[in-house]
Amino acid sequence: MLPEAIEAMTEQLKRPGNASSLHATGRQARRVVEESRETIADALGARPSEVVFTSGGTEADNLAIKGLYWARRPRRRVLISAVEHHAVLDPAHWLGDSQGAQVELLEVDEHGRVHPDTLRAAIERDPDDVALVSVMWANNEVGTLQPVQVLAAIAHDHGIPFHTDAVQAVGQLPVSFAGSGADALTLTGHKLGGPIGAGALLLARGMTPVSVLHGGGQERDVRSGTLDAPAIAGFAAAVTAAVRDQEAVAGRLTALRDDLIKRVRDAVPDVVLNGDPAGRLPGNAHFSFPGCEGDALLMLLDAKGVECSTGSACSAGVSQPSHVLLAMGADAAAARGSLRFSLGHTSTPADVDRLIEVLPAAVDRARRAGLS
Amino acid sequence: MGLRVLAAMSGGVDSAVAAARIAEAGHDVTGVHLALSANPQSHRTGARGCCTIEDSRDARRAADVIGIPFYIWDMAERFQRDVVEDFVAEYAAGRTPNPCLRCNEKIKFAAVLDRALALGFDAVATGHHARLVDGVLSRSVDQAKDQSYVLGVLTREQLSHAIFPLGDSTKTEVRAEAARRGLTVADKPDSHDICFIADGDTRGFLAERLGSAEGPIVDQEGEVVGSHQGAHGFTVGQRKGLRIDRPAPDGRPRYVLSIEPVSNTVTVGPRSALEVTTITCGRPVWNGPARRDDLTVQLRAHGEVYPCRFEESGGELTIELDRPATGVAAGQAAVLYSGATVIGSATIVSAS
Repeated sequence: MLPEAIEAMTEQLKRPGNASSLHATGRQARRVVEESRETIADALGARPSEVVFTSGGTEADNLAIKGLYWARRPRRRVLISAVEHHAVLDPAHWLGDSQGAQVELLEVDEHGRVHPDTLRAAIERDPDDVALVSVMWANNEVGTLQPVQVLAAIAHDHGIPFHTDAVQAVGQLPVSFAGSGADALTLTGHKLGGPIGAGALLLARGMTPVSVLHGGGQERDVRSGTLDAPAIAGFAAAVTAAVRDQEAVAGRLTALRDDLIKRVRDAVPDVVLNGDPAGRLPGNAHFSFPGCEGDALLMLLDAKGVECSTGSACSAGVSQPSHVLLAMGADAAAARGSLRFSLGHTSTPADVDRLIEVLPAAVDRARRAGLS
Repeated sequence: MGLRVLAAMSGGVDSAVAAARIAEAGHDVTGVHLALSANPQSHRTGARGCCTIEDSRDARRAADVIGIPFYIWDMAERFQRDVVEDFVAEYAAGRTPNPCLRCNEKIKFAAVLDRALALGFDAVATGHHARLVDGVLSRSVDQAKDQSYVLGVLTREQLSHAIFPLGDSTKTEVRAEAARRGLTVADKPDSHDICFIADGDTRGFLAERLGSAEGPIVDQEGEVVGSHQGAHGFTVGQRKGLRIDRPAPDGRPRYVLSIEPVSNTVTVGPRSALEVTTITCGRPVWNGPARRDDLTVQLRAHGEVYPCRFEESGGELTIELDRPATGVAAGQAAVLYSGATVIGSATIVSAS
C-alpha cells in the first residue's frame, strides 16, 4: 500500500462509528465516507453520486453484469469481450446458464483488441434484445487497451448500457468516467496502492441495476452493507495519489518495460511478445516462450527471486491455458508456455537486470524439462 | 549446501512430515502436489480418494507452515494412461494389478522424477513408510504401515534419486510430530483403497469400463455351479460375492481359484486348492544387495511373508515357498527380502 493510503486508513481505524448512524460518531464516519466519495469522483471525472462503494472489483463487476441484466429484462443478449476477467466472464456465463441470458463473446484480434465493427455487427444482429455490453478498459493478462470510448458510443447509438472493467487502468492510464462515455466502470483499491477489500462501481445517474446484495440499501439502494469507512479512506487516498502520479509513473514504467522487452528478446531470441506492442498497460510485459511450460519457468524464476505470473486461471489448482491467449488465436501449447512480468511502483532497473541474468538458464532448463 | 529436493505432498500427514523433516535437515525443498484426476472432487469422503481439491489445499497449507514453495503439477493425463487404464487392462486380462505400486513405478518415480531432474532437482522425497539407506530399500520400523512392498518394483536408478524420511518412525510418532510442528493434517484419516475409485466400488468401476458379459462359474471338475456378470469382477482367493446357490458337496466355503478372461470363466474350489508353493514370475528387478540369507517373499500389499528359495533363468523367476500360500494372483508383485532388506521383485505370472 502507498504510505498515504496506510496513513489515511490507520487514522480512521482508531475511530469508531457507523456511517449510517445518526449520532456524532456516525456523522464523523459519514463525513469520511462522503469526502472519500468526492475525492474519488473528482480524480476520475465522475460525480460523487456516481460512486457506489463495493468490497472490490469482483463485487462491482457482478453488480454491473447481473444487476444491469436483471434491470433490462426481458432483453436477453449479453455482449462481452472474449478476453474479460473472470469477474465479468463468470457472472455472464452464470446468467446464461441459469437466468436465461444469451451470452455472446465478442471476438478479438491477435493483439486481444475488440474492433468497433465487431461490436457494431453483433449489436445489429438484434439490437432490441441486447441487455448490456461490457468490454474491459485494459486486459489484465496481456495488457492490451480497448477502444472503450468508441465502443461505448456504439452501444449508446442503440440505447444500450455499457460497462467497463477498469481495474487495471486506474492509476496506470488517464481515466475519465465522463470522458469514456461508459455507464458503469469498475475499479478496486488494491490495484492502485490502496487496501484490499475496498472498490467501487462508478454508475451513471439513471442507471438502476437490480441489487445483488439486499439489505440496508446504504449505497443508492443498489448496494447494501455497512460501509468500511477506514478502508474507504485508504482507497480514496490511494486513488488521489495514483491519479496524481499517473503520468510520471506511466512514463517511468513504460521506459522500464520497453527495456525489459528488448532485453528479454535479446536473451531469448525466439520469444513472442503477446498483446499490443504499443497500446498496452505501462507495466505489462507478456511473453510466450516456445517449448517451455509456463509453470516450470515460473518455478525456476521464483527460486531465483524473480516473481512473475502465468496469468492463467486455475481449475482445481491445475493451471489451464489462458482463455485470453486462446481467444487471441494462440494454440494450447503456446498458451501454456506464457508468462507475465508486471512492473509496479516498487519495480527498479535492478529487477530487470536480475531477470535478464537468470532468464536464459531458466528457459534452457524449462525447455529440457518440457521434452522429458 | 543441501540437495534440491522435490517433496511430493498428497495433502496427508505422512508426506507433510516427510517434507518438514528434509527441510529441517537443511535441504532446499519445494513441495509439489500431484493432480492426478482431471475432474477432482471437492472433498474427501471418509478415507477414500487422495486427490481432491481439499487435499491439494491441505498440502498447500502444510507447505506454508513448513515455509517451502509449493506448486501443483498436473499429472492427470499420465496417471490416466499409466495407472488407471493399466488397471482396467490388467483386470480385463484376468490379472490383479496393484495401482499404488504402478503409480510409484510410472508416475512418482518416473514421470515426476524425470521432470524434477530436468528442472534441476536432485531427488524426490515422499512420505512412504520405508527405509532407504545408501540406495538400499528396507522395511519401515512400523511393521503395520510398512510400504516397502509397493516400492519394491523401483529400479536402482529410481531409488538412487528417492528419499523416504519416515522409515525410522511409526505412524503414531509421525502423527505426534505433525501435531508438534503445527501441521493441521496431524489427525487426518489414513487413506485406504484405490484413490481413483472414490466410492470404493471396484467391481462397479470395472463393469462400467469393461461392460458386463455373463459367464460361467465352474468347479474344479468343470461343472457349472453358477454364473457371473464378468470375470473381471473377481480376484484369485476371493470368497465373498460369488453368489453360488448350490453349496459345495462337502459344505466348505468356495474360493476363486482362477480367472480365464478369454472364455470368461471363473473357477472355484476349496481353500486347500488355493494353496501354492511354486510361483513363476516375469520382469525381475534386482534393486538391492546380493544377500541371499533369511530369504522371504511378500506376495501382496500388507500380506504375509513366506520363507523361500528362488532361481532365475531367461528373464523368468521361479520362487519355491517353504510353506504354501493362498490367494496368489497373477499381476501382483512378488517382492523378495533378505531379512528386512528388499533385494528385488518380479511380477507374478502363475502359481501352482
